[in-house]
Amino acid sequence: MTLDAVAWDALRLSLWVALWATFIAVPLALWMAWILARRDFWGKSLLNALVHLPLVLPPVVTGYILLVLFSPNAPAGAALGAIGLTLAFKWTGAVLAAIVMGFPLMVRAMRLAIEAVDPKLEQAAATLGASRIGIFFRVTLPLITPGILAGAVMGFAKAMGEFGATITFVANIPGQTQTLPIAIWTALQIPGGEGAAAAMALLSCAVALGAVFLSEFLARRVAARIAGTA
Amino acid sequence: MKLRLKHSFGGFTLDMEMTAGAGITALFGRSGAGKSTVINAVAGLLRPDEGLLEIDGETLMDTARGIHIPPHKRRFGAVFQDARLFPHLNVAQNLDFGTRYAPRGVKTPRADVIDLLGLSPLLTRAPATLSGGEKQRVALGRALLSAPRMLLMDEPLASLDGARKQEILPYLEHLRDGPLGLRIIYVSHAVDEITRLADTLVLLKEGRIATQGPLRDVMADPAAVPLLGVREAGAVIEAEVISHADDGLSQLRISAGMLELPGVQAAVGSRVRLRIMAQDVLLATQRPEGLSALNVLPVTVQSIRQGTGPGVAVALQAGTDILLARITRRAVTTLGLHEGAQVFAVFQATTVAPESIGH
Repeated sequence: MTLDAVAWDALRLSLWVALWATFIAVPLALWMAWILARRDFWGKSLLNALVHLPLVLPPVVTGYILLVLFSPNAPAGAALGAIGLTLAFKWTGAVLAAIVMGFPLMVRAMRLAIEAVDPKLEQAAATLGASRIGIFFRVTLPLITPGILAGAVMGFAKAMGEFGATITFVANIPGQTQTLPIAIWTALQIPGGEGAAAAMALLSCAVALGAVFLSEFLARRVAARIAGTA
Repeated sequence: MKLRLKHSFGGFTLDMEMTAGAGITALFGRSGAGKSTVINAVAGLLRPDEGLLEIDGETLMDTARGIHIPPHKRRFGAVFQDARLFPHLNVAQNLDFGTRYAPRGVKTPRADVIDLLGLSPLLTRAPATLSGGEKQRVALGRALLSAPRMLLMDEPLASLDGARKQEILPYLEHLRDGPLGLRIIYVSHAVDEITRLADTLVLLKEGRIATQGPLRDVMADPAAVPLLGVREAGAVIEAEVISHADDGLSQLRISAGMLELPGVQAAVGSRVRLRIMAQDVLLATQRPEGLSALNVLPVTVQSIRQGTGPGVAVALQAGTDILLARITRRAVTTLGLHEGAQVFAVFQATTVAPESIGH
């Protein structure tokens, strides 16, 4: 295999993993953000701490915990294995690691957006005859869309860059779990691999910049729509 | 509508019972009297400790029986002090939001509402670009389009300046008198709005109903003077426009006689509401001569009510109407006023400001 092929494989895998992670994590993060922003219950601060744990824990520890929980012999791993979903040393495991690591960032962005919505607007919608679901889709959701987009981009960027938890949980298998950051690290371990590492680092920068531009563009469009100038 | 409420929060207890029928029922009280709590409970946005709400034979809330119909099924349109327009929708879309949830068959014609409130130049505008008065008109239109069985208005003019208020008030009068015949609960702490709009007045004080009844009766009740504020109290009476003179004065007939007032816009033959401030009415035991005041009415002292200070509120029978005068205790003694005494009420024509003459 040429270095080029390794690089493209790694990029393709990283994009694949990051897209899946974002796709799965957005609704979950939105739900969690909603609960933390709007509900009051016993153990809320504990849940909040749990969500934010991956942000402060060494990524290696997070990866280790995932390994302990989701290895094929562990209860959670066995249960998923029974329905044909293997995580350990598979790209699916890289997706899980990316979700867990990006989750606190996504929840935070979305929670701030939800808390910024004036509940009085939702009350006004209720007096006009809108049900809870109607209020959510016609009032709340449009107003928090910039926050959801911001959270999604954060999560995507985090997934593209995730290293510690991923390599600990699913190791370094080319084409299967060797994401772009892991491929860069691998290239740096090989004498003469600096060139490949630099090429892949540039690739990484390009993707990151593209994501930021896209999110800025979308956020501006949404903001313009909310301000009613578009 | 019949409402009974009992609700405690933050050391404050609301305990009241009121009814509201046709026309505009004004709920008046100083800030902190519990007015907004009443509106929120009626709208279903607040679950009171105890309460009962019935309208058109339907029970919307009865804590004793565990009934709490959610706000979106109550069909009360609400207009709040802050217009609460949806910032992500333009004016037309805000109006459509009201139409969307109106039950089939009772939809209010959109064109009529746009016409009534003068909204057509605003339709493509974003809420953020509207003035305070425009926002309230849109909020009112949106509420009307939801085809409410009753409109709840919580201090809708409180955040507007005098000119903007004058811009909205005629629309509210149209609603009251127009073909929609809408029932409205109107919360306010502004006596001028209430005297202009209300048919029924409910006075709320520290969470309790102080008095309630037809506007004219409550405004003419000396006991209501301290509740409304001594500067704001005064009878509201109805008059018929007889003629307009060249010098700007108009002749109006009330049950006790003729009045000369300036600045009356209404057409000859129409009926208008007059507000005669209690502190602007003087009493004389003999018909005064050589006085610059144009309006002198023979009246009978109906009751004298002592306030806590040097002031006294005197109810005066003038024809079939009641006028209120606020004079000093010393004047009562000097003039020898007593119930049944025949006196003359004197007030300058200028004391009834044009903007307080309603249609």
